[in-house]
Amino acid sequence: MTSLDPSDSDIAPPRSRSPARRIWRAFVGSRLAVTGLGVLLGLILLAVFGPLVVPQDPYDLMQLDVLDGQLSPGSPSAAGYTYWLGTDDQGRDMLSGIVYGLRTSLMVGVVSALAAAILGTSIGIFAAYRGGRIEALVMRVIDLQLSFPTILIALMILAVLGRGVMNVVLALVIVEWATYARVARSVAMVERRKEYIEAEECLVIPRWRILFQHLLPNCLPPLIVIATVQTGRAITLEATLSFLGIGVPITEPSLGLLIANGYQYLLSGKYWISLYPGLMLLVIILAINLVGDHLRDVINVRRLQ
Amino acid sequence: MLAWFARRIVQSLIVVVAMTIIVFLAVNVIGDPAAILISPDANQIERERIIAQLGLDQPLWRQYFSFLAGALQGNFGNSFVYGMPALQVILERMPATIELAIGTMIVSLLFGVPLGLYTGLHPESLPAKIAMSGSIIGFSVPVFWLGLILILIFSVQFGWFPAGGRGETGQLFGIEWSFMTGNGLRHLALPVMTLAIFKISLVMRMVRAGVRDVLPQEYVKFARAKGLKRPRILYVHVLKNIMIPVVTIIGLEFGSLIAFSVVTESIFAWPGMGKLIIDSINMLDRPMIVAYLIIIVFLFVAINLIVDILYTLLDPRVRLSSF
Repeated sequence: MTSLDPSDSDIAPPRSRSPARRIWRAFVGSRLAVTGLGVLLGLILLAVFGPLVVPQDPYDLMQLDVLDGQLSPGSPSAAGYTYWLGTDDQGRDMLSGIVYGLRTSLMVGVVSALAAAILGTSIGIFAAYRGGRIEALVMRVIDLQLSFPTILIALMILAVLGRGVMNVVLALVIVEWATYARVARSVAMVERRKEYIEAEECLVIPRWRILFQHLLPNCLPPLIVIATVQTGRAITLEATLSFLGIGVPITEPSLGLLIANGYQYLLSGKYWISLYPGLMLLVIILAINLVGDHLRDVINVRRLQ
Repeated sequence: MLAWFARRIVQSLIVVVAMTIIVFLAVNVIGDPAAILISPDANQIERERIIAQLGLDQPLWRQYFSFLAGALQGNFGNSFVYGMPALQVILERMPATIELAIGTMIVSLLFGVPLGLYTGLHPESLPAKIAMSGSIIGFSVPVFWLGLILILIFSVQFGWFPAGGRGETGQLFGIEWSFMTGNGLRHLALPVMTLAIFKISLVMRMVRAGVRDVLPQEYVKFARAKGLKRPRILYVHVLKNIMIPVVTIIGLEFGSLIAFSVVTESIFAWPGMGKLIIDSINMLDRPMIVAYLIIIVFLFVAINLIVDILYTLLDPRVRLSSF
């Protein structure tokens, strides 16, 4: 991939820009993608420092007042502040609830994507490097798994394991690793035929060092694209499973659960309980997809999928 | 061709068997069937009697074979909740789910293909740019939340479409279908719209990418040089080549529609398989869960097989290279 850069050619002076900087240069070319990245960073900050900012801990029963239940947006609370986004049936401030739910969503999404990326990439690169029967077997398992929709596999796993934050993360990792493995393998297949790997094999450098110190870094750019998109998918899937009542338990904050709470009040016109947590979810996914979409154009991974 | 076909079927069978083993192990080893099936009030003697009666004291492989023998005869045990054979309950619910999936597919094609053709032919025009941006939102919006918002707008606010249920059904081939009556069609509208937004975006992008791919190719130039009319080039020569990947995706997406019916059916109280499995998980109706999983595996393997075969029939290049 680096050889496509004109600055890499023999005539050019020693190259001054790393691939990361080159990708970054191309990335900031799209205003939409930069906006997405900005929104995403803002949301991460909000998730980290949110509890310091919002007026209420919506999962501390001591701070809830049932008399404040189902108030419309803008109503004053008994404690003196304003419920800018209204309250749900238990008198939970929706704004605070959304910020707490955001923490869970991002945490579950990032942790599962990271774990799946490490697992999947290791398997994919190992398979590509070893080749032969092991590779064929791994590829068949990947094909088999990817022929089932993710939501169905997650559903199967959670039907067996039951609700729980860690169970959801586990289910998401099992669902996602195959995508990373497939992409990692196809990138590694291209990379391993290159001369520097051959040179290292001639130098009898230990195999694990060739794999992880030299092959892996050169496979990273497309994997970053996949990781971006997959994190978005993981967040959607977590919210969906929680909404269906088989994901995160009701004692934990989750955007999916907040939306599910509002479902029964929807028909009586109390729209805010479901609307705002969903909007937050939409903004997260949209921001991630804008970044991912543009990264995909910049790094060009389509041919590897 | 015949050899390829036979090999493909054997592969599918292996997948089905492998999946039954996984499902069986998952339900019987990770979950404890005795804890679910025997009431906590039972004393030790009673417990052992029931365990022996259910065959839970047998070695695992023998349990698996008796499970497999039952499954082959369509016997997954009775549902705890419905008191009927689990398979029968699922089969009764299946038409509702399939109706939803087919309806969504039709709507997605009706909107997605023209939109894709337009955006592919005029990529720089304003409507095309709006449609492309819209498709990113279509990809991003969570399906379950979209369903709620559509209910809010079209049921609560305007009162155009009902928010749940199948409505009146009419009979066709001895099965009840909602699309046979006007009332049923109105009930179909919101769930189909919910599922279709994502699929329209997908079909549109695929067709657009196909058009961009095919237009600069030699055979299009040749057709133009031959003096063929633009519509004929477009609808016969270009569209035909685009449809190959589109058909594959539609086949595979049909499966995902059946999976995602879990979400829409829960929201719209649509009495199909998806709502059934969620209810069964929540009520720990184990025979139902097992039966559903096995049927879904079967369904998916069948869909993948059909897509593969269609693909080979449509594209001679695949047929020739697969040997």
